[in-house]
Amino acid sequence: MDIKSLSIEELVKKIKSKEFSAKEVTKYYLANIEKYKGKNAVLEVFEDAVEIAEDIDRKIASGADLGLLAGVPVIIKDNMLYEGKKCTCASKFLKDYVSQYTSTAVQKLIDQDAVIIGRANMDEFAMGGSCEHSAFGACKNAYDDTRVSGGSSGGSAVAVALDMCAFALGSDTGGSIRQPSSFNGMVGLKPTYGRVSRYGLVAFASSLDQIGPITKSVEDAKLVLKVIAGKDINDQTTADEPLVDSKPVNLKGLKFGVISQVDKVAKNSKYYAIYKDIEKKLALAGADIVSVDIPEYELSLSSYYVIQPAEATSNLGRFDGVKYTTRAGDVSGINDLYKKSRTEGFGDEVKRRIMLGNFALSSGYYDAYYKNAKRVQKLLKTKFEEAFKKVDAIIMPTTYGEAFEIGSKTKDPVSMYAEDMFTIVANLAGVPAVSVPCGKGESGLPLGLQVVGKHFDDLRLLEITKEIQKEIK
Amino acid sequence: MFEDYDIVIGLEVHAELKTKTKVFCSCKNEFGSEPNSNCCPVCVGLPGALPVLNKKAVELTIKAGHTIGSSISPIAVFERKNYFYPDLAKAYQISQLERPICVGGSITLDSGKVIRINRIHLEEDAGKLVHKNDKIGTLIDYNRGGVPLIEMVTEPDISSAEEAVEFLMKYRSNLVFGDIADCKMEQGGMRCDVNLSVKKKGSSVLGTRTEMKNLNSFKMVQRAIEFEARRQVEEIEAGKTIVQETRKWDDNRGRSFAMRSKEEAQDYRYFPDPDILSVEISEDVVNSIKKTLPELSHQKKLRYIEELGLPAYDAKILTSEKYICEYFEKVLDKVKNPKIVSNWVMTEVLAKCKEQAVESLEEVISVKNLAYIINAVQDKEITRINGKELFEDACYSEFDAEEEAKSRGMVVKMSDQDLEKFIGEVMEENRSAVADYKDNPVKVENFFIGSLMKKTQGKANVEKARPIIHELLERSVR
Repeated sequence: MDIKSLSIEELVKKIKSKEFSAKEVTKYYLANIEKYKGKNAVLEVFEDAVEIAEDIDRKIASGADLGLLAGVPVIIKDNMLYEGKKCTCASKFLKDYVSQYTSTAVQKLIDQDAVIIGRANMDEFAMGGSCEHSAFGACKNAYDDTRVSGGSSGGSAVAVALDMCAFALGSDTGGSIRQPSSFNGMVGLKPTYGRVSRYGLVAFASSLDQIGPITKSVEDAKLVLKVIAGKDINDQTTADEPLVDSKPVNLKGLKFGVISQVDKVAKNSKYYAIYKDIEKKLALAGADIVSVDIPEYELSLSSYYVIQPAEATSNLGRFDGVKYTTRAGDVSGINDLYKKSRTEGFGDEVKRRIMLGNFALSSGYYDAYYKNAKRVQKLLKTKFEEAFKKVDAIIMPTTYGEAFEIGSKTKDPVSMYAEDMFTIVANLAGVPAVSVPCGKGESGLPLGLQVVGKHFDDLRLLEITKEIQKEIK
Repeated sequence: MFEDYDIVIGLEVHAELKTKTKVFCSCKNEFGSEPNSNCCPVCVGLPGALPVLNKKAVELTIKAGHTIGSSISPIAVFERKNYFYPDLAKAYQISQLERPICVGGSITLDSGKVIRINRIHLEEDAGKLVHKNDKIGTLIDYNRGGVPLIEMVTEPDISSAEEAVEFLMKYRSNLVFGDIADCKMEQGGMRCDVNLSVKKKGSSVLGTRTEMKNLNSFKMVQRAIEFEARRQVEEIEAGKTIVQETRKWDDNRGRSFAMRSKEEAQDYRYFPDPDILSVEISEDVVNSIKKTLPELSHQKKLRYIEELGLPAYDAKILTSEKYICEYFEKVLDKVKNPKIVSNWVMTEVLAKCKEQAVESLEEVISVKNLAYIINAVQDKEITRINGKELFEDACYSEFDAEEEAKSRGMVVKMSDQDLEKFIGEVMEENRSAVADYKDNPVKVENFFIGSLMKKTQGKANVEKARPIIHELLERSVR
């Protein structure tokens, strides 16, 4: 049974035609989860996974018409609610929290008969770029136990890379889908902001968060996006923009932008040559490589580290020990309860961001920090809109290099934050961006190429990316 | 020494809007339900839940602005006000800071003094803490969490407790008559914060102000202002300085206590809520909402005086509460004599009302019953004394006044035929008087009315009889 090499579409076809049973497929993936337990990618395997797969089989046997993901085993990042199942955000604070309802994105998977088999490890509350900030231990790189999986959706990326599921959902606030996908050689898509409902995604930075797929191929990403995208009455920030299928594209005549300010930073990467080589290949295939100027890019990292902690500190206020979170014992009075519960419940990185955010929003600092950062965000959005009048897509590295060593950056938060150097700009501008594997680094670990598209042009972005992949293989 | 000082008061008034559902979710907006029964992931702030703005709440806020002549912002932005308190499920309240829906406006007091209004903004209410005994501790009821609330802020234009109460009554009546809020103060549907400072008469320098929060009756507002003004003057006269602080009013002890000083005040770290898109409010919407605004209390009062010819006192009482004038107008519809209806409503119905708290005067006596009694007494179908007796018995009772009057034999109803027959008889009996008609028409006509009443023991309807008698007499001289 060769499941690993199948696309999701092929897998569904074989399940529907009863070549494989959904139960067999689920068991295959469950076996891999067991096999790679040491990676710490999966925090929990849902005990009803096989049962649900059997249900799907029964439905198929009865001749019922099944959905686009019939019998496909999926792992979800542990910040998406699935009613009746635990959702911990990899935090001690929520270690026993059980979802009271199902998030829209997960419900859409279920509606297409997917089988949700487990929840993936992550940096606590999605704060981190290495998956080392999980209260339940770091998730290791798929190919090297001494290296990080990336983050924050590290568990999701490793789970796909090691065939523990057919695909996974991650969430991306500053690169949390694309960076771990790059580190583990997978395809990671951050859709346009407003494409996928955030209802039931535990909020980190609301104006930046977006759910997206981590898959083995661009084709798979396309299918999953089609399932999870759409306007949601429960999320006012979802857009009414229809997801338009793209015609096949030809590299010949396409214009690729390279942001000069990004290029300047990328020169510092050991692997700069690899990305220049990709540009050459694309040019050879008949595409134009155009330099694009977005000076505001240089303000993106600092703006991001104002907006993101500011929104996070507000979103995390509800975790206070009063309601559903773990409550500290031996407290005197409500303020003591807050203080002790939050001190015990949150990890260091979360505390760091809460402090940063509170500082940025404080009276007297608000205008200088938060307001200015929002101004940069608005400018970036406009600048990308302008750029896409001239180019079809923008290309840049996903990261500086290969997955770094576990423990190498935890003592230096600023160097960890710089990990997001190439990814956050897409979140700030709200544009879709996908990371695809584009080669190997010195240690033989994967590198990623990032392709950034126009607002709401997610499917065309994927079509273009598919063509790029053909050239750089 | 008090007369040497001016009191400077600004009010912040919260009122819960009369929407069917809450402001950011579809839970019922209802007072008095089982604790935590009108709740969902959104209003208890579960992780992952997102607010969806209730358009009706925005419309009602705009309507409230129309009652005080605010200008309506073309764009409304919602902000998060961050602070920790167990009744605040998300640890932030969705409110408005920089772009409130209503800007400016005013209310004119009876004296002609204009109290300027700074703004009205829309926000969500918090839940409610219920303090039990030591064993149980404190419980939280989130039913009220997410109920739409409008906060109105005045300029510091008010200079006495009386002005404050008059202003509040006028604002409240706008909201109630406008069908915007019920303002049931005893249920917390309207709450008032008082900002107060004193300054030497004539001085343009404002004193340091204190704030008293959550006063939920007009009486409380009055007493709290009187106490606080006195306290501040006494402190200053004693050479002390006023500390900027929030004070808690203890109505039982009739005094306020310092709660927290400015230094301890919270930094709310406001910022625009990224979950809610800013709302564009078109001029068309503003205008169409203006059209839905019903006649307000002060407009009704003017109409009652000018068009219905009621005395100013009557008009004031009748328009003091929505439920009174609604009832008055319904009875007026059936009786057509404003002053008589006013007399009955004011002296009889409202007197009954005081005995029991009621929301609608129909609970006291139905419009149908009161209209029947008034008309029957007017038409002399029943005597005034019987009418009064019938009214007393009809209050808080189920019976049909008309049927009851019949079965009690109160009705002295005379058919038109009988009336004509009696008129014929008295004219036959007094032929000489008929002959005298030509010379003394008024006297003779009145003589026959008197004779008819005597003959029928006062049961004939004068209004009906007079034209018939007149016609017959006219015919006799033709």
